[in-house]
Amino acid sequence: MSEKIKLALAQGATCSGGDIAVLDLDVELLKLFEVVDLTFAPLATDIKFKDVEAMQDGEITICLYHGAVRNSENEHVAKLLRKKSKIMVAYGACAAFGGIPGLANVTTKNKILDTVYNETATTVNPEHTRPQTKYVDPDGHELELPELFEDVKALDDVVDVDYIIGACPPTREMNVQLLQVILDFVNGKAPLPPKGIILASERTLCDECPRKKPEKVIIDEIKSVDYTKLDPEKCFLEQGIMCFGPATRAGCDSKCIKVNMPCRGCMGPTAAVLDHGGSMLSAFTSILKVSGTETEIPEEEIEKLMEKIRDPLGTLYRFTLPKSLLKRVVKE
Amino acid sequence: MRDTFKPKIVVFCCNWCAYAGGDLAGISRYQIKPYFRVIRTMCSARVDPEWIMEAFRLGADGVMVAGCHPGDCHYIGGNYRTRRRVAMLRSLLKQFGLHSERLGLAWISAGEAEKFAKTMNSFIDRITELGPSPYRRKKANNETTGAKKETVDV
Amino acid sequence: MTYPKLEDEKYKVKEKVIRIAPATRLEGHAQINVFLDDNGEVEDTYFQVVELRGFEEFCKGRPIEEIPRITTRLCGVCPWPHHLAAVKALDSAYGVEPTPTAKKLRELGYCAHMLHSHIAHIYAMSVGPDMICGWAAEPEERNIVGVINVVGPEIGKKVLTNRAYSAQIQEIIGGKATHPIFGLPGGVSQPLSEENRNKIAKMADELVEFGKFGLQVVNDFILKNKQLVNVVVNKDLFYHETYYMGLVNKNNELNFYDGDVRIIDPAGKEFGRFGPETYLEHMAEHVVPWSYLKLPYLRKIGWHGFKDGPESGIVRVAPLARLNVADRIPTPLAQQATEHFFDVLGGKPAHYTLAFHWARAIECLYAAERLKELINDPEITSKDVRNIPTERPTEGVGIIAAPRGTLIHHYECDDKGLIKKLNLLVASSINYPAMNLSMKKVAKAIIHKAEVSNGILNMLEMCFRAYDPCFSCSTHALPGQMPMEVKVFDSKKELIKTITRPEQKNENTDSCSWQSDSVG
Repeated sequence: MSEKIKLALAQGATCSGGDIAVLDLDVELLKLFEVVDLTFAPLATDIKFKDVEAMQDGEITICLYHGAVRNSENEHVAKLLRKKSKIMVAYGACAAFGGIPGLANVTTKNKILDTVYNETATTVNPEHTRPQTKYVDPDGHELELPELFEDVKALDDVVDVDYIIGACPPTREMNVQLLQVILDFVNGKAPLPPKGIILASERTLCDECPRKKPEKVIIDEIKSVDYTKLDPEKCFLEQGIMCFGPATRAGCDSKCIKVNMPCRGCMGPTAAVLDHGGSMLSAFTSILKVSGTETEIPEEEIEKLMEKIRDPLGTLYRFTLPKSLLKRVVKE
Repeated sequence: MRDTFKPKIVVFCCNWCAYAGGDLAGISRYQIKPYFRVIRTMCSARVDPEWIMEAFRLGADGVMVAGCHPGDCHYIGGNYRTRRRVAMLRSLLKQFGLHSERLGLAWISAGEAEKFAKTMNSFIDRITELGPSPYRRKKANNETTGAKKETVDV
Repeated sequence: MTYPKLEDEKYKVKEKVIRIAPATRLEGHAQINVFLDDNGEVEDTYFQVVELRGFEEFCKGRPIEEIPRITTRLCGVCPWPHHLAAVKALDSAYGVEPTPTAKKLRELGYCAHMLHSHIAHIYAMSVGPDMICGWAAEPEERNIVGVINVVGPEIGKKVLTNRAYSAQIQEIIGGKATHPIFGLPGGVSQPLSEENRNKIAKMADELVEFGKFGLQVVNDFILKNKQLVNVVVNKDLFYHETYYMGLVNKNNELNFYDGDVRIIDPAGKEFGRFGPETYLEHMAEHVVPWSYLKLPYLRKIGWHGFKDGPESGIVRVAPLARLNVADRIPTPLAQQATEHFFDVLGGKPAHYTLAFHWARAIECLYAAERLKELINDPEITSKDVRNIPTERPTEGVGIIAAPRGTLIHHYECDDKGLIKKLNLLVASSINYPAMNLSMKKVAKAIIHKAEVSNGILNMLEMCFRAYDPCFSCSTHALPGQMPMEVKVFDSKKELIKTITRPEQKNENTDSCSWQSDSVG
């Protein structure tokens, strides 16, 4: 009990918001460091891959892995840390569902190559040089780079995951709860929670949302945030604006709503939902007003009406594309 | 390859109109190509977009939603929602890379046996023309797909 | 154990290649390769960035008004510059001017972010472990816990408390500290309440004190240590005479949020200036086969390899560059600190790479003072925070001074307002050539006869840490199974063989057909 446990903060294809989320515990970090030895955490410590490889299996008690799995290094780190850790946590929306990097499933590797290394406005590359997974320089020096996968995956698609924590990034309130879970576990005060999704409600964001909820939501028109004056008290859906509340777990303290912007679903779907985007599509299309002259409206006009959501794929699957039913874009 | 391709098509029929129409088509001995399976729901509005995507994920080449004519829904306004849902779902599926005609929408009343037969046959022909769904090919390449859910909420 | 520990025991390596992976105490995925010759001297070093995600491609087709919420995810350490550069690009694309209060709120939140980002870097990632614990301290000690052990829990608490203030201010203004969402074309999503204004005002006073404290730390732990200072000013180590660029307002004063980008040459003379309309005339990017990150350079000079001096297109950005480029800092305490800075370092421009850390601490003080100015501005609580755009968006560029340097977002959209093309020129990319330059020089200077030590290897990492790199920002790109060509050279650098693999059209192919043709 007085023995410190080892904690790792491993990175996949990440923005490091997960690292900063832990750092943002600020003064609470002092409590954390009383019971925890921060080991492999590339943002903050100097432990290298070779040091992790030299550890015993299970030597690390908890590994918080943030970031999606999108290249061979991400997968290698996931597997290595899984081996050396007792408890593996998919920390943050990317590790949990794919996150924003998961949006890369809308495109292909070749398209990306062309865009980045030739097409962008500042790139000057007449020789069509491309980064290579294996390269030998004119002096004979060998260099390697990780290989890209075709698909972006969530962490539990490549290793067994014990706990999943959503949100982008996990909020300070969630992290303080997580800290308490760790402290209680190390001090023998409470067992760890059952495996699965933690620090999230089983209910949707609407349950937690501070806005006035109308009896019924019926809208005339679909609107977008750029041209609309946003009412700070009315439900966003009531204002005609897509908000992912109805399909998304609560537990994030509705931070986006509180700054007067709609939810985009980073806490992931509730357990009752098979497909995050499909579920929201169903809900959103149901709130449009059905007029008395509905039968006279031809299909084409209905289609034009629905096209006001200009990018269903990117909006409905903002954080969860790799975990959607269809997972990625294909070609006929 | 195209000559031997037999499409897998799922047709969601609402109980009161489309399914009855399908029943009548069967009794009336209309010849319909056998490459579709029917799933009956009480209303076309009960068809969850998630199910349609699950059908494509599992390898369906085409999915059809068939319900009552607008204005004749047994539950008054159900098929109005169906229309909107299918419209947005079509845009979404198009972005996913599926040909927009792989998702069909038809209004077939209980007495329209011939319409049922004609609609099914022309949908099957069209899907046959389009060929196997790209998700079918993809499924053959990957081992694990789909969401991990313990229970299915129906 | 006396701190800082700057020397440790060397040992000989048998291998001809030293690989350090992953690079640590930075943001992002990178690795270092040092190649030794038969005598154990350094032949070359490569600092590779090994990650990539694909923003420039997968943002295509996304609605332009959603982009500020997507591009923040380029980086969780500096999401604010991406959010604000995105929002400024939107202002420009929609042709709408934000209200004065909206601009002030954006800048206010942004100053808090600067503090948040710089404090983490100084105390947890660079100066703390490398100069307070010492670059030769045990690897297990060179981290935030080690720093707190050396400076004591009181200072540790002070740092953490003030960083918490900056997080709270970001959350009040932007919705979340990490991944703010409040930016809209023409303004921000909500005004600042009087209650929150008072909360922030109290914190602002403490933050200014903390800014001063930061400079005291630099003074007590670095400037007073002769051994450390000798390393900092040693021209054979962390020193390069390069171009510099940074954002300045119309009076050529430092400003993080708005202004022009000013470029100075290694002698300190103004070389050029650009804004959103003209950035393409000045900036270009070079591609190499050994890194996923591109190498930006000054277009007018050209890419001439890893060299110093006015003939090389390498340019440096971030705190040292900004202090070099600005004529003055518009807040009094930071201006005083800057004058002292250049006094000690022998005038402008200062070329000492490790001085980036000191410049970063000065920027903390400026950020705190500016934050205090803005929170006391009577307009800051005005309800007029949005001008709703009336035009359809077309094309826009947003430039901002990120903690790590100049950041440019450039968007083009179609008539539905969906992104057609997206270009990102990111600060840490701009400093990337200089990082390699630093590493090549320092490695050759400190590694001899194949003898290394923990401290020596860490010194190599200090080459990039000075720039506080953020490689998630830089690598928005995504290569894959590309057509590959391997050229084999002999020791006379003559091409003896070329092996090519044609472009893979199918997914999931593990086998590849290789064609080899020998030359000569």
